[in-house]
Amino acid sequence: MGKRVLNHLSIEFPSLPQNIALARVAVASFAAQDDLNLNDIEELKVAVSEAVSNCIIHGYLHSPEGIISIRATRFDDCLEICVEDYGQGITDFEGSLDYSAGSDPERMGLGFVFMKSFMDHVKVVSERGRGTKVILIKNIIPGLPAAAGENN
Amino acid sequence: MPLRFEVSRETLIVRVDGEMDLNSAGAFRHEIDKKLDELRPLNLLIDLGGVTFIDSSGLGVILGRYKRVAQRGGRMAITKAQPTVRRILELSGLMRVMGIYRDELGALNDL
Repeated sequence: MGKRVLNHLSIEFPSLPQNIALARVAVASFAAQDDLNLNDIEELKVAVSEAVSNCIIHGYLHSPEGIISIRATRFDDCLEICVEDYGQGITDFEGSLDYSAGSDPERMGLGFVFMKSFMDHVKVVSERGRGTKVILIKNIIPGLPAAAGENN
Repeated sequence: MPLRFEVSRETLIVRVDGEMDLNSAGAFRHEIDKKLDELRPLNLLIDLGGVTFIDSSGLGVILGRYKRVAQRGGRMAITKAQPTVRRILELSGLMRVMGIYRDELGALNDL
């Protein structure tokens, strides 16, 4: 059977750049229920920002018509954030790890570099014409319950 | 994203506040390029003291301005980045092409 779910959050919004800040702050607030340090929270914000930016840039080619959905789930041993678009799909996402790759030359192809640096696992599932799902996982040491900080 | 501009010797100083992401990148690029065209400074100094968040879209705009300034033979420096922003700058490799300084005077002397 699957892992035990302790808490979860789902949000959905149109692919507008002003929603990137909303997304990272919502996920950061969800994550902050755990005793993560400030650095972890800041890194998580960057990872979510990159994933959502990718949806807007690569998934929907800057069209505001698309829908982006985020599901954050607190399992007993990790935090999993799934960022999904229903756009054109990334055909060559390994290429996105290359600094020089990407359709926006000014963005340096650093999105995946940051996601991989800041998270414990990054999974990408992409299908041409159907969209892309990026799953970001941050391990959380079991035995430190979400309410650990409540007595102060 | 509010930007404040100053000129010191041959350097355009840009003071940035807020969050640098895809949402603010376009305005940031447009406003700085406008000033670069108008004033034609040799060097560019970006004061990130008021920046609370940066991701690859924000870094991309900084790198793009660096390319413009370098093409004209100028140099670029970044100052006052807060610790979390500084970590992103370090990880990006941007520090290999431009100076990152804690204080402005040191940066201006080096440019």
